[in-house]
Amino acid sequence: MKSSEAVTVSSVQKKTKISKETRKQYIAAYIFLLPWLIGFLGLVLGPMVSSLYLSFTRFDLLNPPEWIGFANYTEMFQDTRWIASAKVTMTFVFIAVPTQLIAALLVAVLLNKKMAAVGFYRTTYYLPSLLGGSVAIAILWKNLFEIDGLVNQVLVFFNIEGQGWISHPDYALGTIIILATWQFGASMVIFLAGLKQIPKELYEAAAVDGGTKRQVFFRVTLPLLSPVIFFNLVIELIKSIQVFTSAFIISEGTGGPINSTLFYTLYLYQKGFTHFEMGYASAMAWVLVFVLGVMTLVIFFSSKYWVHYEDGGKL
Amino acid sequence: MDQSTNRSRLITHVLIILIGAGMLYPVIWMVTASFKPETLIFSSPGLFSKEWTLDNYINGWNVVRDVNFSQFFKNSFLISLIAVVANLITCSMAAYAFARLKFPLKKLWFACMLMTIMLPAHATLIPQYTIFHNLDWVNTILPLTVPKILATDAFFIFLMVQFFRGIPRELDESAIMDGCGVFQIYTRIIMPLAVPVLITTAIFTFIWTWDDFFSQILYLNTVDTFTVPLGLRLFLDSQGQSSWGAVFAMSVLSLIPITTVFFIFQRYIVEGIATTGIKG
Repeated sequence: MKSSEAVTVSSVQKKTKISKETRKQYIAAYIFLLPWLIGFLGLVLGPMVSSLYLSFTRFDLLNPPEWIGFANYTEMFQDTRWIASAKVTMTFVFIAVPTQLIAALLVAVLLNKKMAAVGFYRTTYYLPSLLGGSVAIAILWKNLFEIDGLVNQVLVFFNIEGQGWISHPDYALGTIIILATWQFGASMVIFLAGLKQIPKELYEAAAVDGGTKRQVFFRVTLPLLSPVIFFNLVIELIKSIQVFTSAFIISEGTGGPINSTLFYTLYLYQKGFTHFEMGYASAMAWVLVFVLGVMTLVIFFSSKYWVHYEDGGKL
Repeated sequence: MDQSTNRSRLITHVLIILIGAGMLYPVIWMVTASFKPETLIFSSPGLFSKEWTLDNYINGWNVVRDVNFSQFFKNSFLISLIAVVANLITCSMAAYAFARLKFPLKKLWFACMLMTIMLPAHATLIPQYTIFHNLDWVNTILPLTVPKILATDAFFIFLMVQFFRGIPRELDESAIMDGCGVFQIYTRIIMPLAVPVLITTAIFTFIWTWDDFFSQILYLNTVDTFTVPLGLRLFLDSQGQSSWGAVFAMSVLSLIPITTVFFIFQRYIVEGIATTGIKG
């Protein structure tokens, strides 16, 4: 009786002692977390809520926001420039993302062999990804596709008459798609890493079964690489839908000619920071978040039909 | 049999080299063009010239009166270096808490952190601008550096959490035996062992901050605060098409820091991309 009481007492003492230790760790943890926590609350969560509110207002930075309900959202669908910007961005996403991924995959398969200088080739193909996001390359691109630019000078050799690609509304977007495709190197490096993970035995088994190269690619390589394709697809989608620098530099901030390079983020920038229609810009931002969210979800839900996980996709 | 594989191998090499050379040709052409006299740049699509000159660099460096590219480079380096140091310290602190420590609401905060990785910056853009505007921080480097000090690049936190989880916990335990506290474990065990992920973070923070044209154009509007990308943009505004030589010269210079970092840390970059999916 007495001894059991003693045990209880000491265990209670131990418990309070632990909780004191634990409390110390909680405090330490929050000290480590503090910079992030301030940033998250003050620069992410707070502004998110606030921009959602602003999207229902008219706001020009200097005067207090004025509530106008859904007017910004309904206005978008009558705004020809907004419609143009949505079209330009969607066209870009639906062309640039697949072409970039296909180019990345093909070159990765080509490089996934035991041969000399693979490291050097990989670096060469990666370089455009490293440089491509810069203003310098955007400026170069603008120059390449001008009427007297390098592209037309090369086309002369093939007896093709060039034109001012950048200043033609049918071709300007194409030059930016080419610029994006040019940067397939980063995706390629990821594909290469994925290809290295595919067990050799599967290829040996396919060879024993007499599979042709094409069959092996479509029946072995592609299914086993599908998780990597999925990953690259999501990343490239998020990146492409937010393209800004190249469009801004190549069109000199206008989105022209005739809105043909008016990317969504460029129009958002114009609305928010040259017209100071910040309520409208906030509403545009939320439409972007919504559309990107829906597209990502579609990819996620569709993935169970085309993404093949070795372990059955369990986490 | 052997001969045919040799031949197919040769074809592969030739194909890879041709495509690669074609892709890099415009960049190489720009580098050579920057050393050609203005009148000869567009005379032929080739790389060679009968005359070479440094005039483009001299003219380009002094793009506008009073301010030149030495100021722009100084600003770019200052912002990028602060961003690198800030990300290394604060992101690793948050990652350490998530990977190793117990605290209330941990799951909630971790979910929040993951969510911010995918969130487009535009969702917070206008209120962030309003905050910085009200603090009178526009036209200073603060809107470009304070968010890094507050660890808003959640992607790097995630990257570090993954890495820290791979460091054996026995090391922590034996450190505790030796009398180390939570802080010493962070400074003496985790950080020294996390050098690879810290290097990856440093490299990509540097590259992304250097190229972060969108934030720079938003917050830096006076010429003396301009970064290198904004300096390049001045050419498009002011002199139009008349001085491509100077534009190319400064464009080439603007790419040097990133290219240098890449070639020094190439191994880390390629491994970083391959293992984490981070992109350049």
